[in-house]
Amino acid sequence: MIKLDGVEKAFGAVQALDGVDLSIAAGECVGLVGHNGAGKSTLMHVLAGTLAPSAGELSLGVVKPGAAWNAAMARIMGIRCVFQELSLCPNLTVAENARVTHRSLKGWGWKAKSSALILQKLDEIFPGHGISVDDEVADLAIGKRQMVEIARAFTVTDLPLRLVILDEPTSSLDAVTAAQILAYVKTETAKGTSVILVSHLLGEVLSTSHRIVVMRDGKTVADRAAGNFTRNSLVTAMGSEARHMAAREASAPRKAEVAIKVNPKAGSSREFIANRGEVVGLAGLAGHGQTQMLLHLYGTHQAQMAFIAGDRQSDGIFNLWSIGRNISIRSLKGLRRRGLVNLAAEAQLENSWKARMAIRTDNVDNNILTLSGGNQQKALFARALSSDARIILMDDPMRGVDVGTKQEVYAMIREQAAAGRTFIWYTTEHDELAYCDRAYVFRNGSISAELNSNELTEEKVLQASFAEKTA
Amino acid sequence: MISRRHIRQALPFLSLAVVLLATFYVQPRTMSYFGLNLMLQYAVPIALATIAQMFVITVNDLDLSMGPFVGLVGCISATLLLEQPVAGVLVLLLLIAAYGAIGALIHVRNLPSIVVTLGLSFVWLGIAVLILPSPGGKAPVWLKAIMGVQLPVVPFPIVAAIAIAVAVHLALMLSSYGVIARGAGGNAKALSRAGWSMLRTKVTMYAFAGFFGVLSGLSLLGLTTSADAHVADRYTLFSIAGVILGGGEFIGGRVSPFGAVIGALTLALAGSFLIFLKISPDWQIGAQGAILIIVLALRAAVTKGEAWK
Repeated sequence: MIKLDGVEKAFGAVQALDGVDLSIAAGECVGLVGHNGAGKSTLMHVLAGTLAPSAGELSLGVVKPGAAWNAAMARIMGIRCVFQELSLCPNLTVAENARVTHRSLKGWGWKAKSSALILQKLDEIFPGHGISVDDEVADLAIGKRQMVEIARAFTVTDLPLRLVILDEPTSSLDAVTAAQILAYVKTETAKGTSVILVSHLLGEVLSTSHRIVVMRDGKTVADRAAGNFTRNSLVTAMGSEARHMAAREASAPRKAEVAIKVNPKAGSSREFIANRGEVVGLAGLAGHGQTQMLLHLYGTHQAQMAFIAGDRQSDGIFNLWSIGRNISIRSLKGLRRRGLVNLAAEAQLENSWKARMAIRTDNVDNNILTLSGGNQQKALFARALSSDARIILMDDPMRGVDVGTKQEVYAMIREQAAAGRTFIWYTTEHDELAYCDRAYVFRNGSISAELNSNELTEEKVLQASFAEKTA
Repeated sequence: MISRRHIRQALPFLSLAVVLLATFYVQPRTMSYFGLNLMLQYAVPIALATIAQMFVITVNDLDLSMGPFVGLVGCISATLLLEQPVAGVLVLLLLIAAYGAIGALIHVRNLPSIVVTLGLSFVWLGIAVLILPSPGGKAPVWLKAIMGVQLPVVPFPIVAAIAIAVAVHLALMLSSYGVIARGAGGNAKALSRAGWSMLRTKVTMYAFAGFFGVLSGLSLLGLTTSADAHVADRYTLFSIAGVILGGGEFIGGRVSPFGAVIGALTLALAGSFLIFLKISPDWQIGAQGAILIIVLALRAAVTKGEAWK
């Protein structure tokens, strides 16, 4: 019924979708799984009309909308989405939010109609939900917002309902409500509506979908009936082909000297330890508490730490400053002489780190934005490494950095670690874990596994990332 | 159950009551039909300007040209509208269209509304000075008649304020399109995903702002009877302060027409109150600012408690 043929989408140099074919029949529930950055969300945005594909074709039955495909048309054709970032208006009530997606709810009495519509659907999907339609969305807890959003996607007025895309629908729901929505998906598909279920919870994908599509690196790599998959075969399909990691010589065992330690959180039994001279990785799916861990660490021992941001633009560089100033900002305390900054010492520090990090500029007084993204990131590394910090925190710092720069920085990290510095490195790129001595895998805000360098295979990390309570 | 949201919503009314009671206490003779009429008559143009500002704030923008715009409307109405009513009406309609066009410009080029409207404030002022280099002109007779209406029992400004609030409440808070307008302030991305045109919403809201700005200029002229390009310069800050006093927020599409009108009344009353206290006009702006800060601090305290919960 709905078909995608060879859909491609590029963001700059990044090929997010690389020729995806996907078809969804009426009344079918298709599970879509894949690692972070596999292209699932991009694909769903293309389906929903909120992103235009760079190439490829979408067809609905016999209709081929081509370039006319957009969000408004997707709505008319009966495609609804529940995206990860909630698309409710927080300043409106539940009933008013229902009105936003239904143009026909207008004129006298629209509010009564809208209230009845959304309340009926909430009652149907989530019996005992405890939500009042006059509640302002901002006043609802995150789980209830997600319930409203899901219920709204299934409401029908004048337009048909063909396909509902659920992107991580249960991420903020407790076990009971999650079971309610999954049960409702089965009822709804029995009535002929199609559902795409995007989820990292393999258990719910396996139990709910008719068919499962696995994506990897912007392509679909497996597409089979759900019964032909097991949890293990799904994980295997999601992982990249077994890349042979350059076996690093095991660093000579050092006398472990604890640099920092965090006691386990409630509900978790694992403590976090980083030893002096160690590179500790924080792995797992994006947004499962790794950044929070870094911020927590930073909050406790700010004076001896330096933080390397991954999101350069928003929390890394000072846009209006020179390259040199961007490097020296973390070290100004040590460069003071009689309360003022010693300019000669500052210039010397700036130039020596420009040379050490091979930052490609002829003058450190140039504005930071004259550098390419990779070189800006090198300047941020220089800022942290030139400081007196004993522990360096890295928040997925290699995002959007080219391979050459990465290799240079990896080498620098190993060298500095050998000299006794501690690195705590959150990364979403599996290959980078090869440079770590140890890694903690995060899931739902706490540590789910600790892996030593010889256990750091992609499969093990994935297994730990998806370690859910056996239902 | 009384939630903090309700306290927050009640705050504008409480502030007005406090200022009103304080005024009555200082000058008991204001507690009369005549006294209220005199004290509140300038609240009508302020309330209209506040409503105009509220439409812009609803879509997360800010209009820094409201005062000069109101002044310009006054200058046009005291000259062109008086002498050639048809041309005058056309020009006023043109001004409303210009507001809509500004909304379109701000949206399409993704410009900061503060910068655009700050620049425009000089444009409006400049045109007004060109039309009326020195204070003068004359209000049309019908305008003076409307603003000088003596209603039985309840003074005209109070009736007018309630009528304005009810009309805008119906349009913005209760109508189905008002939901879309406020939603645009709350989560513009969600609105466009649901297939609504952001451009159309912004143009509509700015045009409404222009419309109420014109009404504000007309009503002010009806009271002052002659025009002056600078007569409404303070209205820019009054209108913003009125919206915020009334429980509105700068971003997030959270506005309240009743609150905005109440905020405008509070500001107008605060002016009279300070005069009764014999505070020199030099200090009045500062004193009004202090009142604003107190109310906002109270609201921040309530909101913070809410978040804490």
